[in-house]
Amino acid sequence: MTGQPHAGRPSQLLRNLNAKIASIPMILTAVVIFLGGTIWTVVYSFTNSKLLPRAKFVGFDQYERLWAAPRWIVSIENLAIYGLFTLVFSLVIGFVLAALMDQKIRFENTFRTIFLYPFALSFIVTGLVWQWILNPEFGVQSVVRALGWESFAFDPLYNSKIVIYGVLIAGLWQGTGLVMCLLLAGLRGIDEDIWKAARVDGIPMWRTYLFIVIPMMRPVFITTLVIIASGIVKVYDLVVAQTSGGPGISSEVPAKYVYDYMFLAQNLGQGFAASTMMLVTVAIIIVPWAYLEFGGRKRA
Amino acid sequence: MPDPVVLKSGAEPWGAKPRRALSRRNIVLYGTLLVAALYYLLPLYVMIVTSLKGMPEIRLGNIFSPPVEITFEPWAKAWATACTGLNCDGLSRGFWNSVRITVPSTLISILVASVNGYALANWRFKGAEVFFTILIVGAFIPYQVMIYPIVIVLREMGIYGTLTGLVIVHTIFGMPILTLLFRNYFASLPEELFKAARIDGAGFWQIYGRIMLPMSMPIFVVAMILQITGIWNDFLFGVVFTRPDTYPMTVQLNNIVNSVQGVKEYNVNMAATLLTGAVPLIVYFVSGRLFVRGIAAGAVKG
Repeated sequence: MTGQPHAGRPSQLLRNLNAKIASIPMILTAVVIFLGGTIWTVVYSFTNSKLLPRAKFVGFDQYERLWAAPRWIVSIENLAIYGLFTLVFSLVIGFVLAALMDQKIRFENTFRTIFLYPFALSFIVTGLVWQWILNPEFGVQSVVRALGWESFAFDPLYNSKIVIYGVLIAGLWQGTGLVMCLLLAGLRGIDEDIWKAARVDGIPMWRTYLFIVIPMMRPVFITTLVIIASGIVKVYDLVVAQTSGGPGISSEVPAKYVYDYMFLAQNLGQGFAASTMMLVTVAIIIVPWAYLEFGGRKRA
Repeated sequence: MPDPVVLKSGAEPWGAKPRRALSRRNIVLYGTLLVAALYYLLPLYVMIVTSLKGMPEIRLGNIFSPPVEITFEPWAKAWATACTGLNCDGLSRGFWNSVRITVPSTLISILVASVNGYALANWRFKGAEVFFTILIVGAFIPYQVMIYPIVIVLREMGIYGTLTGLVIVHTIFGMPILTLLFRNYFASLPEELFKAARIDGAGFWQIYGRIMLPMSMPIFVVAMILQITGIWNDFLFGVVFTRPDTYPMTVQLNNIVNSVQGVKEYNVNMAATLLTGAVPLIVYFVSGRLFVRGIAAGAVKG
């Protein structure tokens, strides 16, 4: 720069002013809402706020109450079951579909359109459709019985023991298309020569997938895993639409617990404590991943 | 299938034997794909046939049988006269609310995020990366953690429960992924363009409006697809940040179908469900590959 020396250095703050003005929404969102909001909620989870937030601190009372509440325990169990099965099934189904799609098939676009369209639908729509299909009076159960299998019983939405699997079926229907798409993109990224080399060595296809291709796709799998996992923790609309948490409390999930305590039961402190626990859950998933992804890269 | 072409003039057939169309491998391959496709299509089919049947037919038949007598009455009822609580003007109210929510939210969130991404890609200032990192990490925080503080902020501003408030909320939560999308796209454009424009004396907004915007139409379309489907399908923000008379379609749909009073009219419910799903489905089928690109972009956040 060969500016006039006598003009003085422009203020550091005013440099690049337009870019700073343009970034105000981002800065406000990041600092006030994401950072500030999160800290606020965590802090107020240690108060006994009821209808309105009050800064009267009661230590870990809310958390003790939370973990003593049967409904919260059920919510956590449901989340664990739903989460585990969603992870396993969507990865397995998604990968099998992606591998099939990768065989240079005809009508690939048609198949992909079909597998992915549920992902365009909302969880509310998903939940309501499956509520109807799983309706014991008219749905799958009655159809199978009408075919002659009189004792067939499949009424997940009315059976508190298996209701969460009914939700799982709907969730998988909605989400596996996305997993398939992500993994297919990963498969397409594998060098054709790898396949040729494996074929030359006479390695059967399933072994090539299992021992060569899948390990090579590790980054794609990890990204997919994180996406599925952060979706699982947020599961809310699906349960609201499909079962409303019933029968009884048997299909409750943490996100619904938070909403109900904040906006219906007017017990804010409980809601804050529960949402903080959700945050902790996410942190347990995200932090190791972020460490592996970004911490490792810096050192390398 | 035609026979493989017989090669003449000394050239021997070379390479693997051409596969026949009906090899065992193909039967297994296409068979599996077909079965999977049927499973994915089944709910759509069930929705459509149920919505076209009368209630007596639903009570007698099974949910998979095609309608004997096609009726569009459930559709009319779902649209115009189905009841949610005290209102009996059907889903049309929710539809227009959703339009009023989705259009400004999509436009504003994209405008704000594209300018942000542009500033991050081309006009980096000190500390920008820190805010950006917070933004991206924030994308993983469950919404439930941040909802109540936003309620307080909006209440203080006097816009809690209004459409303006909801538009702001959608803009906020659309920001991480959209900013990332635009930042990466602008960063991939040739830098010479930007430099040439600066030498010609163009400023921040001029370069954005005259060069970046016209050059980035594909990514704007991707962002629009992402936002339209995302905002239309939203339920949580709708139920928290609006009042019953401004409920978006998804919330109203849930209230219609899961209302405890009255006789359940499954055909009306399915027509209502299809109506609510129609907008994102149309966006999906029309946009095709761009939708895939949008979710792939949305997927690589972080």
